[in-house]
Amino acid sequence: MAQSTPILTVQGVTLQYKTREHLVTATYRVSFDVLPSDRFVLLGPSGCGKSTLLKAVGGYLKPVEGVIHVQGAEVQRPGPDRVMVLQEFDQLLPWKTVKQNVLFALEASGKFSGREAEDRAMTYIEKVNLAKFADAFPHTLSGGMKQRVAIARGMAMEPTILLMDEPFASLDALTRRKMQDELLQLWEETKFTVLFVTHSIPEAVRVGNRILLLTPHPGQVKGELNSDGTDAEDATGTRLSDRIHAVLFPGSQARAEVAHV
Amino acid sequence: MSSRPEYIRDDVQEHDFGVVNKPLTMWERVYGSAGVRKLFILVMLALLWQGYAARLNNPLIFPTFGDTMTSFLQRVVSGELPQKAWFSVEVLLMGYGLGLVLALVITMIAMTSRLGDDLLETLTAMLNPLPAIALLPVALIWFGLGNGSVVFVLVHAVMWPIALATHSGFLGVSNNLRVVGRNYGLRGFTYVRRILIPAAFPSILSGLKIGWAFAWRTLIAAELVFGATSGSGGLGWFIYENKNVLDIPAVFAGLFTVILIGLLVENLFFRTIERKTVQRWGMHS
Repeated sequence: MAQSTPILTVQGVTLQYKTREHLVTATYRVSFDVLPSDRFVLLGPSGCGKSTLLKAVGGYLKPVEGVIHVQGAEVQRPGPDRVMVLQEFDQLLPWKTVKQNVLFALEASGKFSGREAEDRAMTYIEKVNLAKFADAFPHTLSGGMKQRVAIARGMAMEPTILLMDEPFASLDALTRRKMQDELLQLWEETKFTVLFVTHSIPEAVRVGNRILLLTPHPGQVKGELNSDGTDAEDATGTRLSDRIHAVLFPGSQARAEVAHV
Repeated sequence: MSSRPEYIRDDVQEHDFGVVNKPLTMWERVYGSAGVRKLFILVMLALLWQGYAARLNNPLIFPTFGDTMTSFLQRVVSGELPQKAWFSVEVLLMGYGLGLVLALVITMIAMTSRLGDDLLETLTAMLNPLPAIALLPVALIWFGLGNGSVVFVLVHAVMWPIALATHSGFLGVSNNLRVVGRNYGLRGFTYVRRILIPAAFPSILSGLKIGWAFAWRTLIAAELVFGATSGSGGLGWFIYENKNVLDIPAVFAGLFTVILIGLLVENLFFRTIERKTVQRWGMHS
């Protein structure tokens, strides 16, 4: 099959941000391509600049070197073609109900209005099984439900690419597992393109079809692997998650062996 | 080797639970109501007042609760108190409205640049601790005897606390909400109106309350110093006037009205806003 043209290209991107005392280099010359309907995962330990990278794709941060293109156009500023779903529960507007939150996104961005926006909002709220809670205020919902609203809000926009920044990291293990399944289910239905940041190897293996490995301080590309979601063994009988672990934490295996002696 | 048996139970049917909730007793419900408890305290205070004043038997120093209420009702029926109260409230609304607008303007300026930010910070640091009433002599020189001076003093009383609260509310808006607002393409004034103001509303509301309390006190104090313009005056003036003619029950009735209006605004007006916004949205700070 011929390679389709990438939706997102990141070319030699170096990112820096200022703290009170330091100028921190978050990523160094990172390049990757995201193809249509990819579930592209940025995976790495904390400090590898994966969230910063996502912010740059979102348009909240300008690269000091390199360029980011979304469908051929250079990313200059935040925009509704790249919708962010964040980890924190406070990304919903607390003064709006579930439905109003989704509607707000559709209308503020000027993409849809009136009856059409309303139907669309309800369609996506139903997709995440929250139709019963359409008129509830966010503070009355559980953490998992809030994240589902945020996902519905992002998907209702039908963005070119959905940017998810550890969306399930604040959830308990059972809920997280369920949300991963639901996300995959939604993907089966609409085949949206998503860039997904996580620090969890099992989550990356489960959710992604393509996994970019980043090393920390500053973040650099270590490799890109394919995943079919089952943590399959390669030709040598090593599971994907073990291969990733070996790449990200070289030497940890050796140390473990020493400890066993 | 013995092992512990495993088991998995069937669900218990709901109607087998028996009593899951039982109603509270009458006493528990009455005592549970804050309104009833407060009413009880008020009645006790009124009784104490009546008892002490009756024993003292000196209406020039401390009239009884009954006398005060009689005087209050007479003057409400005669229309004098409502008219004085309205006079005060009218001036207050003018000063409050103007102060609110100016507070929003200066907060907007503060949000645009660092210099603006420093301007607001310096001004509030300087002027917020200055009691508004202390400006009255200067105001009298600038605006003369009349409502202009009172409004000027009121603006000063209202503007700084509201600006301070609004500004700190804006600064406290979570970064995630900012990200979301900009993600959907909001910018400039729409961004302020649709994201910053609602997100900072708990702070803004408490600023409005503080501003109101400051304004009400300042107004009554200003009216006590000079309240009458062309024969009419507000509540402060009513109190002052009646003291001069030694109608002490009327003085107490005036004070009672000041308290009453303060309570009404706080408990009806602001409480309602709070219930319909901050509480409904679960944004209690």
